[in-house]
Amino acid sequence: MGDLTGREGLGDERGARRSVAIDGNEQGFATSRVDAMLGWARKYSLFMYPFVTACCAMEFMSLTGPRFDIARFGAEAPRFSPRQSDLLWVVGTISQRQAPVLVRIYEQMMAPKWVLAFGTCASSGGFYDNYTTLPGIDKVIAVDVYVPGCPPRPEAVLDGLLLLQDKIARGVQTPGVVRPREDPVVRAAELVRLRRAPGDPRALVPLLKANAPDPPAGDRRGGIA
Amino acid sequence: MSRIALDKLRERFGPLVLETHSEFGDDTAVVEPGIWRDVCLFLRDDPDLDFNLPIDLCGVDYPISEAAARRRTLPGRMEVVLHLYSIGRRHRVRLKTRVGDEAMEGAELDSLTSIWPGLDWLEREVFDMSGVRFRGHPDLRRILMYPEFEGHPLQRTYPAAKTQPLVPYRTEASAGMPVDKLEPFGAHEGMPFGRQPAPRPEKED
Repeated sequence: MGDLTGREGLGDERGARRSVAIDGNEQGFATSRVDAMLGWARKYSLFMYPFVTACCAMEFMSLTGPRFDIARFGAEAPRFSPRQSDLLWVVGTISQRQAPVLVRIYEQMMAPKWVLAFGTCASSGGFYDNYTTLPGIDKVIAVDVYVPGCPPRPEAVLDGLLLLQDKIARGVQTPGVVRPREDPVVRAAELVRLRRAPGDPRALVPLLKANAPDPPAGDRRGGIA
Repeated sequence: MSRIALDKLRERFGPLVLETHSEFGDDTAVVEPGIWRDVCLFLRDDPDLDFNLPIDLCGVDYPISEAAARRRTLPGRMEVVLHLYSIGRRHRVRLKTRVGDEAMEGAELDSLTSIWPGLDWLEREVFDMSGVRFRGHPDLRRILMYPEFEGHPLQRTYPAAKTQPLVPYRTEASAGMPVDKLEPFGAHEGMPFGRQPAPRPEKED
């Protein structure tokens, strides 16, 4: 982020070259493809339609609040008309009674449109395994990105948004799933080891931090399945 | 705390009060379904009882087997439970009755909406979930499930795996792509248990 602050690197060669370009003394051109340009433009101007039905809404509020700040990704503008929005956020449990409403909202959106299933209930019905709940919104509409979690952490949702932007930029249609950033089983095992350790457990904390595995590079935002 | 209510009920209705007990501080009377409304009117209007606030109304389905039906001392299959409270006297009572046979034939009960208007929606809920019909209810429609829903989901005879979707599910043909669940969701995640496949046999190496 150093090049954005403008403080460091001003004196080096890169900064000097950039200042020339900004002054407009140097002319040039760039090549691209139309679909790549369109994808680039679309991925940073997602207008969202929040279809919020259940407790995941709490995490959704935190996501749109200043701490996690979805505005950083150009996706903060809610449009409460499906005709003006690109991205349908389905946040929470969808009952059988509500499924026709969801389908109607989806059908009113103009193409290109994307759907993000926020949380386990929207993705698969979650633990509502009964006569009244839709077992996942993909039973009735196509989903682009699934974010598991009950509810998912805002970081996971941001991962999902980045995954969606990646898909939009590359023009990929297949759905993707956000994978957890760290394996909770590994983490729990570490905590158990810490608890059972003889002596002062605080002495082990730096050791644990040093031993923490790096997240695999390609796996952080989940893969496109 | 209202043994007095049970005593008065027994005194007033005699053998039509099938059973009373006071366990864990809860006073319960089980009555014949035919006197359901009369009992409630009495409980509301007797000055010593003065039950002016209905707390809850619900239906409880008791599974029927032939042996259980032979053992059964109480009539009926669907138990309707009513909880009452007296704001003035600060006491409670629980009233129960049983209606309907194994096929839920004759599961009818007098509506109490003329006694406590607040029971309107609760009776609709019991009708919707358990299938008890209330005679004299002003507007006996489903309240939770959609009008197209068939059956009553809290009856034990309702199949656990049965859903009644209002919109058709996507198929592979209509979606133009496989619609199986992706990792980490199993293919049958979120599906009713009855539709899940049998556990796979152990892999042989």
